Amino acid sequence: MKSAGIDIGSRTIKLALIEDGEVTLTRKLENSFDTLKVCAEILLDISYDSITATGYGRHLFRENFQGEVISEITAFAKGSIFLIPSCRTILDIGGQDVKVISLHSNGKVRKFEMNDKCSAGTGRFLEIMAMALGTRLSDFGEMALSAEQNEKINSMCTVFAESEVISLLARGAPRRNVALGIHQAIVNRAKSMLHRVGIADDVVFAGGVALNPCIRSLLETAICRRAIVPDDPQTIGALGCALAGTHRGEKEDLS
Amino acid sequence: MAENYRQMWSNLGLDLNTHDALLDTLGHVYQDIYLSQQDRPETMKYFDFVMSEVHGLRVKELLDAKAEGRKVIGSYCVFVPEELILAVDGVSVGLCAGADFGAEEVEKLLPRNTCALIKSAFGFKLSRVCPYVEACDMVVGENTCDGKKKAYEILGEIMRRFYVIDLPQTKSDAGRALLKTEYRNFMHALEELSGKSISRESLIHGIQIVNRKRQAVHDLSRLRDADPAPISGLDALLVNQVFFYDDPIRFTQSVNKICEELQIRVAQRSGVFPKGTKRILMSGCPMAVPNWKLPSIIENAGAVIVGEESCIGERGARGLTSETGSTVDSLLDNIVDRYFQIDCAVFTPNRSRLEHIKEMAEKYKADGVIHYSLQFCQPYQIESGVVESVLEKEGIPVLRIETDYSQEDIGQLRTRVEAFIESLSA
Repeated sequence: MKSAGIDIGSRTIKLALIEDGEVTLTRKLENSFDTLKVCAEILLDISYDSITATGYGRHLFRENFQGEVISEITAFAKGSIFLIPSCRTILDIGGQDVKVISLHSNGKVRKFEMNDKCSAGTGRFLEIMAMALGTRLSDFGEMALSAEQNEKINSMCTVFAESEVISLLARGAPRRNVALGIHQAIVNRAKSMLHRVGIADDVVFAGGVALNPCIRSLLETAICRRAIVPDDPQTIGALGCALAGTHRGEKEDLS
Repeated sequence: MAENYRQMWSNLGLDLNTHDALLDTLGHVYQDIYLSQQDRPETMKYFDFVMSEVHGLRVKELLDAKAEGRKVIGSYCVFVPEELILAVDGVSVGLCAGADFGAEEVEKLLPRNTCALIKSAFGFKLSRVCPYVEACDMVVGENTCDGKKKAYEILGEIMRRFYVIDLPQTKSDAGRALLKTEYRNFMHALEELSGKSISRESLIHGIQIVNRKRQAVHDLSRLRDADPAPISGLDALLVNQVFFYDDPIRFTQSVNKICEELQIRVAQRSGVFPKGTKRILMSGCPMAVPNWKLPSIIENAGAVIVGEESCIGERGARGLTSETGSTVDSLLDNIVDRYFQIDCAVFTPNRSRLEHIKEMAEKYKADGVIHYSLQFCQPYQIESGVVESVLEKEGIPVLRIETDYSQEDIGQLRTRVEAFIESLSA
């Protein structure tokens, strides 16, 4: 049985395919204003027996492509526990939201937290700050890692933080130090969300922001433990969806 | 309905264009959220009718009552005793505050970070779109939270006749004495307004009417412990919302009819959702008409709401007032005894609320509790953390939601609610 999972995120659409228990494909495409078109594009040459969608566009997807939907929380839980069976805590920082999920030892969701309706502390925040500092998002983490010291950023609001950055630069603060301050601000926010649900080993760090080496290292320092970043941290949700489809298929076979 | 009532609305001083827009929106929302539900009890038709005439027939009834010399008293809180209003042959209407309206005008008077409920009360008045508030001979505020009591100072200036009941903050003897004094003063204010004095008989009559009304919603609640649930949470919420402004005797009869129908459903093991549907207890801030956002998200996500621990729900309707007393004063004591039990989060400490939530979760066999706080409502927001930890110790999963009346967070709320329901099923 071929089970597809699609995670329709605000910035990136991710696809995973599982065939007979093996992950046979993962792919990513940048999302646009025309989400359905990007969905069609990512599925163009793919065949599957079932498809499960998650992400903010999941209901829109179902209305147009059929299939099943699950929430991002369930998708990330399934995907993480599949890749890292010892996982008990998940931090996912995506383009527009931050999720913290605590799991029972059997992989069931115990508790979760999400940011509310603003982009504070998300990938989008990082992206806008990189822009304000005139660097590319892909180089931003390295830039921050080269800082001698941290310029504290007080505001978590994307708009306010941007003006804070501009005034720090105007005062002559080195760009890399401001970059470090921005990374630290994101980590502080993630840390307090992690503490609210309770941290237990092992911690999995997923989502696009997990690709940033500075966030990863600051996070490990902040929570005093290792944060495991899966090989392709952006596709965990899509993978979780494909797994959900597989489980459903197995149940149907049994009945 | 619009055409028949335009003159009436105009006489009440409503802004007809804005009011048309409000009714139009309400009609669509009601269609989408209520009339689209499957397998509703037949007896809910009465409530569909009430909603279709929400600014029509019921308002006409109020005006007819006024023409007979009866007084219409509006209020915003379950601490205003309807028994006393009925004892002077008055009509009690709960003024709804469940939608954003006239934000620009409201924010001239109130800070932006005021809770949606308070802003809404101002919005309806300032925009001149609520026929109820315009029909009132007196509007009663009550000193519950800081937000409300300060806002009433301003609202009182705008209203034709405004009366404030002070409330205690603790369940102490001194607190009870304060409540009794305040209720006695309110009783005198009603007597003065109506020109009728309250007798033992008229007060017993008032108590009986309200008791029957409460008993009817108690009976309705009890039927919701069945699996499959015989009625949706949305419909039960609507009944609890209409509780505040319908004619109490007709309302009681209509709820009793629902109960009869639900009894048959329970006996036949039929319901609105399949057996085994995840069951949610809602707890927290009141949801006034037409605030159906969160319940509709929950029930569209495939769960059923089996109880409301809320002022518009069981917290508000719990308990009856003793009907025995040889004097007006002893009956007033009975009223105080009943109202003093209400465990609103403005009280400190407020432990009985925690017990009631646990009790309700058990009674209605809830799989999880969704705690709902309005943004900027400190009492319930702060208490939600305690509620969460107490329930989790009992092994009851909790999801805490903070929101307001805006529609822009529906996507985020849906994700949270769906994830919570999935976690109950897994």
